[in-house]
Amino acid sequence: QIRFVLLISRQGKVRLTKWYSPYTQKERLKAIRELSALILPRGPKLCNFVEWKGLKVVYKRYASLYFCICVDSEDNELDGLEVIHHYVQVLDRYFGNVCELDLIFNFHKAYFILDEILIAGELQESSKKSVSRVISAQDTLVENAKEQASSLSNMIAQATK
Amino acid sequence: MALSGMRGLSVFISDVRNCQNKELERARVDKELANIRTKFKNDKGLTPYEKKKYVWKMLYIFMLGYDVDFGHMEAVSLISAPKYAEKQVGYIVTSSLLNENHDFLRLVINTVRNDIIGRNETFQCLALTMVGNIGGKEFSESLAPDVQKLLISNSCRPLVRKKAALCLLRLYRKNPDVVSVDGWADRMSQLLDEREIGVLTAVMSLLVALVANNPDAYWNCVSKCVRVLERLTRSQDIPQEYTYYGIPSPWLQVKTMRVLQYFPAIDDPNIRRSLFEVLQRVLMGTDAVKNINKNNATHAVLFEALALVMHLDAEKDMMAQCVGLLGKFIAVREPNIRYLGLENMTRMLMVSDVQESIKRHQVQIITSLRDPDISIRRRSLDLLYGMCDVTNAKDIVEELLQYLTTADFAIREELALKAAILAEKFAPDLSWYVDVILQLIEKAGDFVSDDIWYRVVQFVTNNDDLQPYAAAKARDFLDKPAVHETMVKVAGYLLGEYSHLLSRRPGCSPKEVFSIIHDKFATVSTPTKAILLSAYIKILLHSQTVDPELQNHVLAVFRKNETYLDAEVQQRASEYYALSRKGPSMVDVMAEMPKFPERQSALLKKAEDTEVDVADTSATKLRLMQLTSTAVVVADQKPANGVHPALTRVPSGQRNIEAPTVPVANGGQSPAPVDFLAIEAAPTHSAPESSPLVGPGDSLALALMDNQASTVQIGLKAEWRGNQGRIVLFLGNKHTAPLLSVKAVILPPRHMQLLTSNVPDTIPPRAQVQCPVEVTNLSPSREIPVLDFCYNNSSAMVSFKLRLPVIMSKFLQGATLAPADYIARWKALMGPPNKLLQEVVRGVKPLPLQEMSDLLGSLHVAIAPGYDPNVNNIVGAATYFSENPTLCLVRIETDPADRTQIRLTVGTPDTSVALELKEYIKERLVDIPSGAAPTSLPGMPSPADDLVGPAASLAGLI
Repeated sequence: QIRFVLLISRQGKVRLTKWYSPYTQKERLKAIRELSALILPRGPKLCNFVEWKGLKVVYKRYASLYFCICVDSEDNELDGLEVIHHYVQVLDRYFGNVCELDLIFNFHKAYFILDEILIAGELQESSKKSVSRVISAQDTLVENAKEQASSLSNMIAQATK
Repeated sequence: MALSGMRGLSVFISDVRNCQNKELERARVDKELANIRTKFKNDKGLTPYEKKKYVWKMLYIFMLGYDVDFGHMEAVSLISAPKYAEKQVGYIVTSSLLNENHDFLRLVINTVRNDIIGRNETFQCLALTMVGNIGGKEFSESLAPDVQKLLISNSCRPLVRKKAALCLLRLYRKNPDVVSVDGWADRMSQLLDEREIGVLTAVMSLLVALVANNPDAYWNCVSKCVRVLERLTRSQDIPQEYTYYGIPSPWLQVKTMRVLQYFPAIDDPNIRRSLFEVLQRVLMGTDAVKNINKNNATHAVLFEALALVMHLDAEKDMMAQCVGLLGKFIAVREPNIRYLGLENMTRMLMVSDVQESIKRHQVQIITSLRDPDISIRRRSLDLLYGMCDVTNAKDIVEELLQYLTTADFAIREELALKAAILAEKFAPDLSWYVDVILQLIEKAGDFVSDDIWYRVVQFVTNNDDLQPYAAAKARDFLDKPAVHETMVKVAGYLLGEYSHLLSRRPGCSPKEVFSIIHDKFATVSTPTKAILLSAYIKILLHSQTVDPELQNHVLAVFRKNETYLDAEVQQRASEYYALSRKGPSMVDVMAEMPKFPERQSALLKKAEDTEVDVADTSATKLRLMQLTSTAVVVADQKPANGVHPALTRVPSGQRNIEAPTVPVANGGQSPAPVDFLAIEAAPTHSAPESSPLVGPGDSLALALMDNQASTVQIGLKAEWRGNQGRIVLFLGNKHTAPLLSVKAVILPPRHMQLLTSNVPDTIPPRAQVQCPVEVTNLSPSREIPVLDFCYNNSSAMVSFKLRLPVIMSKFLQGATLAPADYIARWKALMGPPNKLLQEVVRGVKPLPLQEMSDLLGSLHVAIAPGYDPNVNNIVGAATYFSENPTLCLVRIETDPADRTQIRLTVGTPDTSVALELKEYIKERLVDIPSGAAPTSLPGMPSPADDLVGPAASLAGLI
C-alpha cells in the first residue's frame, strides 16, 4: 500500500504531493523535509530504497526530478519502483518527452494523471493506453465546457490577470 | 498536448520561480493569497472559470508549503458545481488539500453520494476517486453499499468498476464491517473470473486486504488465484497493452502471489502442484537482462515468488534453490538486487532448516556491512543479527565492534544494542562477554544504555571466577585517555567491589585504584559521583591493612561532599564518612554484594517485546507469528521483573523490598547499620509454562548477618497449587568457616501439615544447601509457620526465628463469576442462615479506590468491577483452598467523605473461613505494610518481643 507520493526537484522544491494515509499538514511538511535530506544527497550508484520510520521509501531520479513513493516495509519494492516508471511513461506519453517545466506549469495535469494510475495507494491501471484514453477524454470534456462558456466571461478572466 | 491555458496561473508560477530567495517568494505568495482572499470574500463577480483558477493557485501555494486553510471551503464547494470542469477541480484539489479527518468533508457526503449513484459516468469516476483517496469512516458507513453495487454491476464500464473496487478497498480499510463476509466470498470468487486485466488488478488489491483480515472466509478464491497466475505466466490471452516490457502484468502477478501468502497452507494436491509448477517456472526462468526496467519487473515477480515458496514451506530442494538464488543476489553489482537479497535472506531465517546454508554466505554478508549504501548496511546488520548463533557469535560480534568505530551515527545505537544482545545470548565464555561490553562502552559509550552495563555487573557479581578478571579489565580501561562516563560507572562499581582481589598486582594497590578512579570524579555527573563514593568506601574497607594515607584521602573526599548540592551524594558522603571512621569493624557492612537472583536480561526482554509487538496483518508479520521463531534463542525463560541491579545503598538504612504479596516495605526500624539486610526481590511470577492453576510462584532471597560477623544467607522459593505448596529453603554459608550443628526446624501451626526434609548437620564454607518443604493447608487460619534456625559458627551458638511467608492469600485464587451468578450466590449467603460477616472498620489507611481494589487483587481476590451499582464499593470473589475449596465473596463499601472508614463484608458457606478471611483482609487495610511494626497476630508472639534484628524485619514482610 502506497502511503504517499512525492515529486521533489534536485533543489528540494516540491512538485507534487499526494497523501493516501491521513497526515496533517505539519506531518506532511516534516516528512518532506526529512525525506529530502535523506534522498537528495544519495549518490547515483546506490539502491533505490531508503528506510524511514519503519516504512520504506522507493525513489527514482529522472533528470532533475526525484519521484518517491512511501510504502509499507513488507511491500514489494521493485513493484513500487516500476509503478513510478509506469507513471513517468504515461506522463511522457502525454506531454511528449516530459521535462520538469512541463510538470511545474501543468502540475494539475500531473495530478489528473496520477489519479488515473493510483487510487487508495494501489495501482489502478497498468495499461498506458487505457490511462491516456481517459485523460484525453477528460481534456475534451473540459474543452467543450470552455467553448460553451460565454466569451464574455473569458474576456473578464483575461482582464483580471 | 492539450494544456488548458490558464494564463493567470502560468504567470503566477513564473513569478514564483523568478523569486531570487525565500523572502521574495514569501512576499509574492502573500500578495497572491491576499488577492485570492478578497476575491473569495466578494464572490459575486467570480465566474466559475476564475474560481477554478484561484483554487488551482491555492493548491500550488499549498504545495510550496504555505498555509491555505482559509480557502478549503472554496475548494470543497466546487464539488457541488454542476459542470464537469469545475467539479473535477473541486474533487481533485479537495483530495489533495484535506485529509480524511477534516470536518468539511462531512458537508459533501451527500453530493458525493449523488454523483456515485447518478447516471453520469464521468461524475461517478471523480467521486469514486476522491473517496478512494481520502474517504474516512463516515464515508465508509454511508457509501459502501452503493460502491459495492457499482463493482458488481454488469452495466458499468471497466473504468468505473476498477475505481469502485479500489474505493471499496479504502472503505473496507476504514471500517471492515462494511463488507459482510458471507455475501462477499462468493462475489469475490466470481470477480476473479474477470477478463479485463485493469479490473482484475484492482479486484486483486481488494482481495489482498480481505484475505489478510480473514483468510478462512475466502478459501474459495485460492484455486482461482492459481489459475490467474497460470494464465499470466503462460502469457495466455494477455492483451498487448497489459504487458510491461514483454512481461504479462508484473503487478498483477505480484498481487496474486501476495494473496496466496495469506492462506495458512494450501492442501489440495492438484492446486498445490499447479502452483509449484508456476513458481518453479518463475524461479528457473528469471535471468538478469540488460534493460533495467525489465530486470526490475522480472525480479519483482521473482522476489514475490520466493516469499510464496518460503510461506508454503516447499520441499527441501526448492528451498535450497531459493537460498542459492539469494546467495547469488547478495553478491551482484546491482545495488537493488543486493539489498533485496539481504532482506529476503533475513526473512528466510524464519524458515527452518536453511540457517546452515545461509551461514555459508557469512563472508559476503559481512562484506555488505561495509557497503557504501546505508540501506544495504542496515539490511546486512539485520541479517547478521538474525543468523547469529553460538557457532558464529564470536566472528559476528567482533565484526560489529570493528564496524562500530566507522559506522554512521544513524545506525550506531542499533548496532551497539544488537552487539550487546548477541554477546549476551551467545557468549562462549563470560570473560569474552565482559570484553565485548567494555569495548562497546569504549567505542560507543553514548549509545550504551544503562541496561547493558547493569547486566555486566549482574554477571560479574554472580560469577566468582569472573570477578578478578573484570576488575583488572576495568582498571585497564580507566588508564586510557578520554574515558566515557559509562565506563567510569561500570569500572567504578567493579573496582569498588572487587579491586581487593587484585591488590597484589602492580598498579592495583588500593591507593592506586582509588587515585585512578578519583581522577574522573570532578568531571562526572551526579549519579556517577554517587557510585564512585560507594566504590571509595568499599576500596577503603576491603583493604587488608588500612593505609592511613588512603584513609585520609578518602575521608577528605567524603568530608568535602557532605555539602554537595545533590542530596543523594550528600547523604552517601556523610554516612560513609561516619561509617569509615568506625574502622575495620565495618568490613562486613561493606561486604561484596550478594549474588543477584537469576533474571531475564532486560535487553532480551526489550528485543522480544519489539518482536511480539506486531498487531499488523501484513503477510510477513503473520508468517512470523505462525512460525515459532527460531531466530530468537531465549537464554532464560523467566520473565523479567524490570528491576535493575540494586546499587549499594547500604548505610542509608533503606531497603528496597519487593515481595509477591506485599506492596512495598520500606523499613526504617532497624536502628543500627549492623543488621544490614540486602533483600532482592525475585520475579513475582514463575515460569510461563505453569498452568493457570498454579498461583504465582514466588521466591525471595535474603542475606542475613548475625552479630558475630559471619554470614548466613537464607533464600526461599515457593510454588502454590490449591491447598498445597512446595517451598524450597536455600541455606547458604557466606563465611569461610563451616557452619556446624545446623538445625532448621519449622514449627507448624495447627492448621497446616508440613513435611520437612532433613537439613545436613554441617554447611561447608561458601556452600548452599537446599531444603524442600511440602505444605498442606488443612483449615483456615492466619497463623504463620516459623522457621527456627540455629547453628554453631565455631565460636558460639547462634539461633533465630524467621516467619515464613506462608500466608492466607497463598491459598486464595481469584474466582470470576457472571453478574447474575454472583448476585444469586450473594443472596443465598444472606440467609437464612446468614453467612455474611460484616464489620465497620475504622482507622483504615486512606487509599484511592483503585489502590484499594489493587490491594484486594494482590490478595488474589478477583475484583468484579461494575457488579455493584454503587461506584464507591468494591466487590470480588475468590476460592479458598483448605481441605475443601470454598467460594468467598467480598465487598468493601467505602465512604467518599471519610476514607479512613469502610464496611467490610465477607460471605462464605463456611463461617470459619469467612471469619479468618475477614480478619486477614482487615489487617491489610488497617495496616498497609509500610514498614511500621506489623500488627501482632493472635496466637503469635509479637515479633518485636521475640524476633530481633533481621528476623523482625522479615516479619514485616509477611
